[in-house]
Amino acid sequence: MNAPAYNFAYLNEQTKRMIRRALLKAIAIPGYQVPFASREMPMPYGWGTGGVQVTAAVLVPEDTLKVIDQGADDTTNAVSIRKFFVRTAGVATSERTAEASVIQTRHRIPETPLAENQILVFQVPIPEPLRFLEPRETETRTMHALEEYGVMHVKLYEDIAQYGEIATTYAYPAKVAERYVFDPSPIPKFDNPKLDDCPALQLFGAGREKRIYAVPPYTRVKSLDFEDHPFAVQSWTEPCALCGSRDSFLDEIVMDDAGTRMFVCSDTDFCARKRGEG
Amino acid sequence: MSALLSAEKVSKFYGARAGCRDVSFELWPGEVLAIVGESGSGKTTMLRCLSGHLPASSGKVRYTTRDGRGVALDEMSEAERRMLMRTDWGFVHQDARDGLRMGVSAGANVGERMMAVGERHYGRIRATASDWLKRVEIPEDRIDDSPWSYSGGMRQRLQIARNLVTAPRLVFMDEPTGGLDVSVQARLLDLIRGLVKRLDLAAIVVTHDLAVARLLSSRMMVMQQGQVIEQGLTDQILEDPQAPYTQLLVSSVLQV
Amino acid sequence: MGAVLKIENLSKSFLLHQQAGARIPLFEGLSAEVAAGEAVAVTGPSGRGKSSLLKLVYGTYRANSGAIRVLSGSAWTDVVTALPRDVIALRRDVIGYVTQFLRVIPRVPAEMVVAEPMIDRGAAPEAALARARMLLDRLNIPKRLWHLSPMTFSGGEQQRVNIARGFAAHFPILLLDEPTASLDTENRNRVLELIAEARGAGSAILAVFHDETERHRACARSIRLD
Repeated sequence: MNAPAYNFAYLNEQTKRMIRRALLKAIAIPGYQVPFASREMPMPYGWGTGGVQVTAAVLVPEDTLKVIDQGADDTTNAVSIRKFFVRTAGVATSERTAEASVIQTRHRIPETPLAENQILVFQVPIPEPLRFLEPRETETRTMHALEEYGVMHVKLYEDIAQYGEIATTYAYPAKVAERYVFDPSPIPKFDNPKLDDCPALQLFGAGREKRIYAVPPYTRVKSLDFEDHPFAVQSWTEPCALCGSRDSFLDEIVMDDAGTRMFVCSDTDFCARKRGEG
Repeated sequence: MSALLSAEKVSKFYGARAGCRDVSFELWPGEVLAIVGESGSGKTTMLRCLSGHLPASSGKVRYTTRDGRGVALDEMSEAERRMLMRTDWGFVHQDARDGLRMGVSAGANVGERMMAVGERHYGRIRATASDWLKRVEIPEDRIDDSPWSYSGGMRQRLQIARNLVTAPRLVFMDEPTGGLDVSVQARLLDLIRGLVKRLDLAAIVVTHDLAVARLLSSRMMVMQQGQVIEQGLTDQILEDPQAPYTQLLVSSVLQV
Repeated sequence: MGAVLKIENLSKSFLLHQQAGARIPLFEGLSAEVAAGEAVAVTGPSGRGKSSLLKLVYGTYRANSGAIRVLSGSAWTDVVTALPRDVIALRRDVIGYVTQFLRVIPRVPAEMVVAEPMIDRGAAPEAALARARMLLDRLNIPKRLWHLSPMTFSGGEQQRVNIARGFAAHFPILLLDEPTASLDTENRNRVLELIAEARGAGSAILAVFHDETERHRACARSIRLD
């Protein structure tokens, strides 16, 4: 029996064109959420269908693909998606950030600085940063159109009132090109500064919500804050236990029942490079 | 000097039925106008047309901005209208839940308008919110509480604070004391009356309660079935009503 | 000193739609003038419109025809045809009115009731309250009542608060409706003193007095309605 034949990267060419049109619009209006006709994918909503569709639309046979989930190449989701593209596109893959031309990521930006010829594709669950305070889509669209973002600061105010500081630690809202406020997907706020003035093209896909948005290369991205409570990233008291890095995002790993814990780089490739392996 | 708000033959039709018809008046700074009428009189429809919530079917509503420009509501851009509703105008709803963000704290409710017009200093926002809570007689230690934990009267006072923080020039009120206990009403009315005087606000208050109209307003407009039956000074309408319907309305009020 | 209040050909009747259109005439073609510093009494049989004339001058009642001209600064305004906002301005600055009964608002303390007309004109609250307290004291309202709402006061006490309020700010025209009713002798005298002082300060006074003696003590002449 013959195995079913897939078009390159699974999606048919018309669908890819539809997505590319949406991507072009998104790049033309940085931070603006472009609706797109999200397709049925062979994984359920919530498993990265948005990111997969964007990757499928931009991939060419010459690309080298890297897929990470929470910074690691070897978690289940990253492995599944990478295998999916190997099977349907036959592209080369790599775990090394510096070697990849397309990087699909869930919830992290690689520590290794990106270059101009790279594309970073983010998986986005809820694209609308105003959704938590305004459930009506009609209203949020109007708010974006009229640049009515006062309500975003209400959320930050509430954090400070309740916790003494801005408690949002991931999916931290930012203003793109001094116009649209966007949700950078659930990356830790630690990664927000990397969005700003990045040489790579950053694309965001939300499959269930059917939205695409983009931050073109070298675009200004400023995280929201108050004058007297400026934006600040997380810091750790210890360096990475494996590579000794003091300026990467660290995961906390509980070692045993006694509560022993160690801090390790979340970006596995970065940590490995630093240790001088591979 | 021109009127703050002027309505010229404002009408709102729902198909063939008139919500309100040919309503005309001028409102000047510092004046409080009560629109009274029974259920179905069209007073709430009128209020919503005047406050930019509902587009009128015909007629004009004109507003004079802070820099002296006269603008017609239907000729304004969406952005301008929404900005006006956030800064120059206030709207106090009958049910405080319609006028508050129930999901955030009282302080955030009062501070929101400030943040919406660009205030970015947390300390200043909080201090201003705290000051306003004091002015509406809400204990300052309730600033971080959610309005869900507030009583009806407190919620209404919070709604007032939320509206007044940007020093609006014109406040619309829809039955502001409706559904509240009598003693709570008295407190709220006293507060509104004091604030209106002290801040030199103009206000349009819709109410079915003539006593509330008497207490708060200097001018009154009586509506029935969408039409203005009579309008003039409040004490004049209540003590020397001319139209048959007005006489009926005034004589129907029960004495305590 | 010349006239500051001119009533010209004034006619008033009530049309009671609730009583099948019954027409209650009060007076017709009434003309009168009151000069600054003059106190004039309104006399006539009961129910023939004495209080009503005051209400017409104040703008509470609407005239059927005629004019009520009031001098404000150097300009004359006809209350009968004036816009509501102009009447409101007159009531704040020109025409004072002591009604027959105090209209009590809950929660407002007596001293504030008295101070309000001054504060409405822009007086500093502390100065206004000081004068208010002085007047309340003069009318024998005990100090312990000053910060309380007149809701629980006796009729006489309420009326004295009302009077204090009427005389707190200077009005070029002052309308008094039975100002001495329900007062004892001492307080009646106080009120008559206040009237005399207001006259001395240039106020034109139009008053209704039930008691003939007081009427003659306070007013030099009268307008008769019948």
